Amino acid sequence: MTRIRFQQSLEDLKEQLLVMAGLAEQAIQRAIEAYRVRDLSICDLVNRSEVAINRLEREIDQAALDLLAMEQPMAIDLRFILSVIKINADLERVGDGAKAISDRVRAMEQMAQVELPVDIPRMAALAAEMVRKSLQSFIEADADLARTVLTMDDAVDGMNRAAYKSLTKVMTEESHLAPQALNALMIARALERVADHATNIAEDVIFWVQGDDVRHFKALKTVPDPHAME
Amino acid sequence: MGVGIEVSNLNAWYGTNHSLQDINLNMPGNHATALIGPSGCGKSTFVRCLNRMHETNPIARVTGSVLVGGLDIYADAKPVEVRRRIGMVFQRPNPFPTMSIYDNVAAGLKLNGYTNRRVLDEIVEKSLKNSALWDEVKDDLKKKSGASLSGGQQQRLCIARALAVDPEVLLMDEPASALDPVSTSKIEDLIFQLKTQYTIVIVTHNMQQAARVAEKTGFFLNGRMVEFDSTHKIFTNPSDKRTEDYITGRFG
Repeated sequence: MTRIRFQQSLEDLKEQLLVMAGLAEQAIQRAIEAYRVRDLSICDLVNRSEVAINRLEREIDQAALDLLAMEQPMAIDLRFILSVIKINADLERVGDGAKAISDRVRAMEQMAQVELPVDIPRMAALAAEMVRKSLQSFIEADADLARTVLTMDDAVDGMNRAAYKSLTKVMTEESHLAPQALNALMIARALERVADHATNIAEDVIFWVQGDDVRHFKALKTVPDPHAME
Repeated sequence: MGVGIEVSNLNAWYGTNHSLQDINLNMPGNHATALIGPSGCGKSTFVRCLNRMHETNPIARVTGSVLVGGLDIYADAKPVEVRRRIGMVFQRPNPFPTMSIYDNVAAGLKLNGYTNRRVLDEIVEKSLKNSALWDEVKDDLKKKSGASLSGGQQQRLCIARALAVDPEVLLMDEPASALDPVSTSKIEDLIFQLKTQYTIVIVTHNMQQAARVAEKTGFFLNGRMVEFDSTHKIFTNPSDKRTEDYITGRFG
């Protein structure tokens, strides 16, 4: 084995990203818990972790940039570093999603608790499961596990569409519940975005491990390739 | 114009050392093909087989066929003719030290019987322009010797010398490894221009250089060609684990 220092640097980069992943996953779980028990002290924890996540995002990008500039990585090493940069951005956005949910929980705390026709806990459980699985696939370099995450995204998208439909109905028909319905809608939207970021992470793991670019696979399959027509 | 090179069942020996084993590959015309691999893997021996330089060593032997533009260079052509059609540039620039810049470029032409001064002038100018050296030496063509130029200029002079005899293929054995980064960039830019007119085969230890200049890349290891594919594929997602281990620096 040569380039021992470089290989150690790649390991260090992975460790840093795992710390970031741990914080982002914890943040989203806490935000969901804050919603479930309406506990503002948990919202404070989410806000605090966002600062740490943002700081780590910059540190990881800098470390990845240094490796690209100084080591000129190739093949699987190059794919790994590119994936780390993109997963890093997605994790930061998962942190933003957690913050968005905790902000809505804080707002809802001022309002009367009402029953709304949306199953936020179920949607949250699925989105959190996607985040957990995508990160597990990164830890284990397991492209097969990553592919299972891609199949889960449609379910979350469906729940988000259903939430939009039922909650806008509440807003129109029971306008006194509009503030609560709007907050719930924003939470559903944040969870849908978190699931999208988990999907992106899983796609990046597949690219790193197998070199396959699976992004937008379904959408692009139905559109002719403009380069192929030239 | 550059022509394609088809290599079939190529084997080469130095004495009892079987240094190239069953090499098969097709290098497309008017493209640059890079050959990479650790020292002693056989890549330089391979390019020396492409213009019958290998056999100049008395203990060396070659079997198999090499078709250059359809011509079997071992069966249907004499070595001198082969080396005119397939020029070579080496790691260390090797201009004729006592000759002027002009005479360095014209040397091959004179050996081939060219005597007309006007024709020689035209070819020397064209060759120096094609090697991106003309603007730097046009006022000193006959005043300065080849050895008076910088290392990078000497290497481009050697390229001009190779181009003067109108080859179809240009073999380059680590042409920039002894040059500074600016001279290296000039050689790489030159390779880009030259491949519109010639077929280029370049041996390099510099992965980034291979990635920058070549459309195709072959990876050699222990006298065998492990993988030959588009440069993009080799450097982003090679098929063979040994290729990946080499280009990522895990061995070699």
